[in-house]
Amino acid sequence: MTVPISYYLVLAAVLFSIGVASFLIKRNIITIFMSIELMLNAVNLTFVAFAHMWHQITGQIFVFFVMVVAAAEAAVGLAIIIAIFRTRRTLNVDQVNLLKN
Amino acid sequence: MQLALFIIFGLLAVAGAINFLLQRHPINSALSLIVVMMSLAVLYWSLGAEFLAAAQVIVYSGAIMVLFVFVVMLLNAGEEERTHGSRAAYMAGVPGAAAIFCLLSFVFLSNGHAFGSTDLSSHLTNAVNNISQISSVLFRDLLLPFEVTSILILVAILGAVVLARKEQ
Repeated sequence: MTVPISYYLVLAAVLFSIGVASFLIKRNIITIFMSIELMLNAVNLTFVAFAHMWHQITGQIFVFFVMVVAAAEAAVGLAIIIAIFRTRRTLNVDQVNLLKN
Repeated sequence: MQLALFIIFGLLAVAGAINFLLQRHPINSALSLIVVMMSLAVLYWSLGAEFLAAAQVIVYSGAIMVLFVFVVMLLNAGEEERTHGSRAAYMAGVPGAAAIFCLLSFVFLSNGHAFGSTDLSSHLTNAVNNISQISSVLFRDLLLPFEVTSILILVAILGAVVLARKEQ
């Protein structure tokens, strides 16, 4: 039994849409950061599916580089979150409004 | 067999993502995101990307999510409270995400015949070739970008240390 590649792409679309929705809905800055990781994972799934479709290894290499950059981004982003929490004493994005007024 | 694998772990991934969306405590969201990443690793394996399946488990669920859980515990993050902004976010977020999903799935399904289908059995016979192919591309053709990523990681380590350091 084989699975059409388009099913994998639709699954990636489902995960990406849930990532977008939680990015917009969530108020906690750590959870917002995690939803970015969810969107990156969904895009990685489309890369692997297309690499399988074209019988090319390049898509998998691209996913490898995305993983490396995501690891670096997570380290720096979480350090920024810690710095924000030190100065503002909150994790709610609605209360980080220093530039608003 | 591949269809069964896809259905089981695809549904597990979607259920984990929906649980991620609905949970209000960050630690519950982080744990359900680990479920999504683990089931995506199985899907990578079913697409013939064994190295990426292992890297997904080790790097994403092993390193990045542990970092997230560590920061959640370090900052003692509790349940998020509903604020004035969350109502506007619901109004914009749910229809926007639904529109993105409808557009993407329409494009993918209307062009579905052009994508073809997967075949697991042909990939299991040359499972070792996948890793040797990746290594030959990564260490020979793309050696310079691979080395540049090490500099990127180094800069990220320095940036994290500088940003998270206590003010003097």
